[in-house]
Amino acid sequence: MIRPVIPLVTAALLFGLGAYGVLRRRNAVLVLMSVELMLNAVNLILVTGDTMRERVTGQVFALFVIVIAAAEVGVGLALVLRLFRLRQDINTDQVALDDEPRAATPAGEPALAGASDGEQA
Amino acid sequence: MTLQDVLLAVVGLVAVAGGVAVVSTRQLVRAGLWLVVALGAVAVEFLLLGAEFAAWVQVLIYVGAVVVLLLFAVMLTRAPIGPSTDLDRPALPAVLVGAAAGLGLAALFVGVFGQFQVPSPAVGTAERIGDAVFGDWVLPFEVLSILLLAALVGAIVLSRPSAPQETPVAQGSSR
Repeated sequence: MIRPVIPLVTAALLFGLGAYGVLRRRNAVLVLMSVELMLNAVNLILVTGDTMRERVTGQVFALFVIVIAAAEVGVGLALVLRLFRLRQDINTDQVALDDEPRAATPAGEPALAGASDGEQA
Repeated sequence: MTLQDVLLAVVGLVAVAGGVAVVSTRQLVRAGLWLVVALGAVAVEFLLLGAEFAAWVQVLIYVGAVVVLLLFAVMLTRAPIGPSTDLDRPALPAVLVGAAAGLGLAALFVGVFGQFQVPSPAVGTAERIGDAVFGDWVLPFEVLSILLLAALVGAIVLSRPSAPQETPVAQGSSR
């Protein structure tokens, strides 16, 4: 016999930590890590629900959530890298979305990319 | 308290401790490594709950792929080696929302399932999961594969170094 309340409370605390991290962290990559914590808490609740009902639907949904999380982190990190290339900074509360006309972005971008390549080399 | 209860509690403590370290450490790379601890502990909980397939998928995809991607992103954005001082916002709203969500949900679960006990699950149900995925849930599965393809194409498009018409020049000259 097991008590499902133990993994459920673990999942609740992990979700709370993830919410705290999303609101507290300023670095975009750390925000994504906190989102992963929250998604994992949801997966843990789904799997625990399976154990209680002796079915596998929750595990199937946990697998779906894992796939969606992989897609989310791929696109999210591409956005973060793009942001870093444009602004040299990924602090989420220093992103100025309108300080530059949209038409000027393609012209300014190769210079920034070239500058960052030069710094790396 | 059976042995499985004790193991679930200990592994859950490890997961929560890893989560606390992820959201509180001052070093970016260490946050990623603490995330490995938290996600690995959750995978062990899956094993203890009888969800063997979900546990190994968790290890392969989360610990193997997602954390590596996050560490790549940390290093590609030129994170400083050593502690950073500007990682955090003011704590009060985050503490309020996080504690309300976490402790509220925990209190709810304790209230509902406090003394509830279920028989120990059987281990190794990959066959049943396969039946369920390709039987009842085959349409969401296919939609999800299209979503994953779209996300991959989107990530490639977003992370290309320059505008499409300049792509051959950029690829030839930069690397």
